[in-house]
Amino acid sequence: MNFDMLAMQAFTGLSVFTILMLMALGLAIVFGLMGVINMAHGELMAMGAYTTYGTAVLFETYFPRFMDAYFVVGIVFAFCITFVFGFLLERGLIQFLYKRPLDTMLATWGLSLILQQIYRQFINAKEVEVPTVSWLQGTWQATETVSFPLSRIFIIGLAVVTGAAVYMLLYKTRWGLRIRAVTQNRSISGAVGINTTKVDAFTFALGCGLAGIAGSSFTMLASTGPVTGQAYIVDTFIVVVFGGVESLLGTIASAFIMGQMQSWFEYFMSGSMARASILLLVIVVLYFRPNGLFATKVRR
Amino acid sequence: MANRDLWGLLSRYGVVLLAILILLVLPLSLGIFRLGLLAKYLSLAFCAVGIVLIWGYGGILSLGQGVFFGLGSYMMAMFLKLERAAEADSSTSALSTFFGQAGLPDFMSWNSVEALPWWWEPFHHVWFTITAILILPPLLAFILAYVNFRRRVGEVYFSIITLSLSAIMAIVIVGQQGYTGGINGITDFKTFMGIDLDQDNAKIVMYYITAGLLIACVLVGQFILRSRLGKVLVAIRDREDRVRFSGYDPALFKAFIFAVAALFSSIGGAMFTMQIGLASPSLVGIVPSIEMVIYAAVGGRLSLVGAVYGSLLVGYGKTFFSENFVQYWLYMIGALFIVIVMFLPGGLASLMEKLRPGKSAKNAQAPIANELKPETR
Amino acid sequence: MSNTDRRGFIKATAATAAASAIAAPYIWPKGAQAAGTVKMGILHSLTGTIAIAEKSVVDAEMLAVEEINAAGGVMGQKIEAVVEDGASDWPTFAEKARKLIEKDKVAAVMGCYTSASRKAVLPVFEKLKGLLYYPTYYEGLERSENIMYTAQEATQSVIAAMDWLAKNKGKSFYMIGSDYIWPRTTIKIAKATLGRLGGKLAGEGYYPLGHIEFSSEINKIKAAKPDVILNCVVGGSNVAFFKQLNAAGITGKNQAILSLAVSEEEVSGIGAENAAGTLTCMSYFQSLKNPANEKFVKAFKAKYGANRVTGDTLNCGYNSVYLWKLAAEKAKSFEVAKVVAASSDLQFDSPEGKIKFHKDNHHLWKHARIGTFRPDGQVDMVYESALIEPNPFPKL
Repeated sequence: MNFDMLAMQAFTGLSVFTILMLMALGLAIVFGLMGVINMAHGELMAMGAYTTYGTAVLFETYFPRFMDAYFVVGIVFAFCITFVFGFLLERGLIQFLYKRPLDTMLATWGLSLILQQIYRQFINAKEVEVPTVSWLQGTWQATETVSFPLSRIFIIGLAVVTGAAVYMLLYKTRWGLRIRAVTQNRSISGAVGINTTKVDAFTFALGCGLAGIAGSSFTMLASTGPVTGQAYIVDTFIVVVFGGVESLLGTIASAFIMGQMQSWFEYFMSGSMARASILLLVIVVLYFRPNGLFATKVRR
Repeated sequence: MANRDLWGLLSRYGVVLLAILILLVLPLSLGIFRLGLLAKYLSLAFCAVGIVLIWGYGGILSLGQGVFFGLGSYMMAMFLKLERAAEADSSTSALSTFFGQAGLPDFMSWNSVEALPWWWEPFHHVWFTITAILILPPLLAFILAYVNFRRRVGEVYFSIITLSLSAIMAIVIVGQQGYTGGINGITDFKTFMGIDLDQDNAKIVMYYITAGLLIACVLVGQFILRSRLGKVLVAIRDREDRVRFSGYDPALFKAFIFAVAALFSSIGGAMFTMQIGLASPSLVGIVPSIEMVIYAAVGGRLSLVGAVYGSLLVGYGKTFFSENFVQYWLYMIGALFIVIVMFLPGGLASLMEKLRPGKSAKNAQAPIANELKPETR
Repeated sequence: MSNTDRRGFIKATAATAAASAIAAPYIWPKGAQAAGTVKMGILHSLTGTIAIAEKSVVDAEMLAVEEINAAGGVMGQKIEAVVEDGASDWPTFAEKARKLIEKDKVAAVMGCYTSASRKAVLPVFEKLKGLLYYPTYYEGLERSENIMYTAQEATQSVIAAMDWLAKNKGKSFYMIGSDYIWPRTTIKIAKATLGRLGGKLAGEGYYPLGHIEFSSEINKIKAAKPDVILNCVVGGSNVAFFKQLNAAGITGKNQAILSLAVSEEEVSGIGAENAAGTLTCMSYFQSLKNPANEKFVKAFKAKYGANRVTGDTLNCGYNSVYLWKLAAEKAKSFEVAKVVAASSDLQFDSPEGKIKFHKDNHHLWKHARIGTFRPDGQVDMVYESALIEPNPFPKL
């Protein structure tokens, strides 16, 4: 392996890291902070992807001149639509289940089946084509022999921006303070005058909106179809749990480690064996860190 | 404890009623095809019964029961496949003469595996196979659980460990197709110890064996829960630290019950393979493992008998809806799950609780609240 | 505690007892058979991961059924199609196959897409003496009395493709596939052919089905600089593979890429601009010029919408229904054994040109066609072989 290869592999690792991080941010909030096992999280990503597709079709039909801008608009739309859907979902279903988190798994599993069939029946049973905007096609030629795909650079940027925004929101605003208070202790938060109902709905919707952003940006890298969500969901859960359920920082660290493992393992062995080895390592690491990499507290 | 009313009778004789239903009513009223389907649901119900033990009473959510189901299923398949390969009928021998190897399972021939791997060898023997099905999965489960619970791995982390395990197993099976049959699984058996598996009589006998074993598993589960071991288990679920301070080793109890659930799943897997005629990675991976938990949840996670009904309801629902509403059946199954969660939090079992005269439903709720992250609630 | 548990039983038991008492008369609905019709099963995944590929095959098969019925049916009997959902789950396929044969008593079944689903239903068809028409290109190594294989087995495409590639594009190959039996067998045959041609294997990689991250593999490809990438990736992974190849600057313009599992249908998901200039090897392209194909494409678009495209598997599904009709008419019977016997050497003017069943191995004589994807997702054919004899058990 020469220097060029090293650079490209390092970049791949970075890229996979940001992809995993984008995937996991939403779930880190919904599952990590709120304790809702949202099995439909993957389908929410697919919803974001489909929204982007819809935006592309809209622009193609009505504003073909601004086609280059569609993708940015698509990401914003994806966030808005999944946010609203998440809000309704919380009000209509999840809010009744906070006392029994494992039941959220069953209900959202049912929801994911329904969403898949809706995509299949009303949008397309096949994958839809989401065009890549012209300014994200091609590569950035760093040196004569080393080049990096623009779309991946964009995702890295998006992940950094999104991650920073979530951090700011949670730790630097009053809303964030309320969210953290409610997720730590709902009844006492209520007692000190926080409108927990509102905060719950907002927090859940935020997590869903982040899934929308992730799904939207992945249209550049992967397929958009009825079962797209299934490709993401397992990795997403593993990243969140591996990092330590209640730690946002842990999620990011675990995305980083998983991303590095994935890119290097896949380089040295076949993709299937790489995946099996990564999962095996997750098991081994959890043995040594029984509450995730970044356990916020060890009390048992 | 005035259980003298009808409800009391029903509760006391729940297993008897279940036995009457699956050993008498259903076999006598269904044709051979539907009975075959019923056998499939019942095979999966073994896992659900195990999940009630470990999840409902042990507080361990396993998303990897497919692993143990798969182990049982594949070990049985290996035996059946070797028996199939040994008797050379026209089609297999044509294949093996073509590849120049006789007595090998067909998928090995076309993956250019030259000789039977050593770990296949013992599965020539039926008693070894049966012993392995009964011992290997529980042993693995015990070691896995004990090691992890000794380290005090948290519930949700253990769930992810089991989830990863089932993903690994599916990937390895698919990737090592020369030895495992790959994504196709192991299919196309003819006989079990010389008995033609596809004869109606054989099917009926196998059905009764499955149903009988399932009842036996429910009884074993009941016995465990009623014993002192069961009481310690529930105590661990509710306040693990206090149990530990009283001098018990919670890891040992949890690992034991996890091994029992693995045993049930493994038996279910073996019976599944014998009756459906295939072992497939599609029953090992993450999705089937989650579905097994759903069977238990639909039935009511605190009721062993309920788990069987839950498996029957979901299995039958899938078949019925997909046969009659081929376009819409996923909506119906999805809606079924949501409705059960919303209106029957304790599963089918709590339906009875609601119908029960003059009793509050608080009992069905209490243990359920005590889950995933109790410390933050 | 035991009280809790007991309450568990009571609830569940009585609930089910009550439910089954009410529902008893409706439990197993009986299928009614109208006079003057013959039942035909259609068994594909309408839900689950493989539905992406299989749903449109059902469309093509239904089109053939409709056409045949409009033209008077088979021997005066209208075809009544019974559609079942295999749900991308192999045991479910076995269950539904059994249901179609035992309960519905269908004369034949058009169905299955993946090899795994076919392997799962094969014992059912053999034991119950059913008849399955299997419309997907597959790895070969199989021959069953009860299955008619209406698409190409691996040697019928990959050997021709390798010969052509070695002659026209170069002799160093990078082979990549999804990790299951079809890609592995196909690549095995490809490697054997490569040995015969004196070529060089620059690398090979396998990924789990549904994998969506190929950047490490692409780095390896960049380092290996092969003349040709032989792509045996299937399904949704192809979208990821092509998009990421393109993003990394490897396109059909600067690199020979031949896919064995990408037809016009898959390209609609990959994005035509991502696949433009890459090669494909199939038996059928929508762009084939012949009357049967023009009629097929026109009818398909009229029924399902102008933006739909056909593809190799759709064509094979469509052919299957006709091949069954012709065989039944030749045999003057719907009996499986007679239909199978009548299929020997049976010819049909299909959208892919004249095809013919082999005398005795249940496969079809087929052309291998290589083409380049245009920017609009259609294919320009660059090579067409003569009819190739099916040889499901190749000597490697």
